[in-house]
Amino acid sequence: MALLVDGPIDAGALLDAFCDGRTDVGAVVSFTGLCRAATDGRAVETLTLDAWRGFTEEAMTALEDEARARFEGVELMAVHRWGEVRPGEAIVFVAAAAAHRRTAFDAADYLMDQLKTRAPLWKREDGPDGRRWIEARASDHADAARWNTETNG
Amino acid sequence: MARVLLFGAFADVAGWREQEVEGGSTEALVAVLSEHEGLAERLARPGRMTVVNRVVVRGDVTVTPDDEVAFAPPVSGG
Repeated sequence: MALLVDGPIDAGALLDAFCDGRTDVGAVVSFTGLCRAATDGRAVETLTLDAWRGFTEEAMTALEDEARARFEGVELMAVHRWGEVRPGEAIVFVAAAAAHRRTAFDAADYLMDQLKTRAPLWKREDGPDGRRWIEARASDHADAARWNTETNG
Repeated sequence: MARVLLFGAFADVAGWREQEVEGGSTEALVAVLSEHEGLAERLARPGRMTVVNRVVVRGDVTVTPDDEVAFAPPVSGG
């Protein structure tokens, strides 16, 4: 399930719902990305995420499908915020469930790498030093490229 | 002519998100959009995403007035 939301992400509630009633898996891994109050020494007052409603959700779903195909038997949830976000608030939540922990860790890691570098979202930071549009960092692309050579977890 | 959508920094710099633009191909549209100095610099950067009727395309693609063409900078989710 891939969702784009314009309100707060309650990571705890999402994780509870994701785990509720599961007896078919032995491992659940979750990741929550938070808005930092500063990036590279620059204070951030507001983070604004631009998205293309419909297109962005479809792309996120396609990335989830890729992860499911790569990690057999894994179940996934991805929720991404759009609009204005304040420091301390969640930007993204990803959860992966699998029979064993390594697959769950790897699937969550993989999906986050793909969302960072391929999901159609555009991030802007506003603060006392002005406005700055962000692009995925070289390290984000290097993280995503790891999966081109690694074997299935 | 096509209906052009801009996202992220492109929309910010241009001051609009959606507009009819003259041009018979994606690169012709880029040429028209590049008459805006700030947008020209952004559009020329590597990694620009071009989407025609919600399909990501590469190279110069012919467009008609019925087509929806989106231009966006490299993504930054997560």
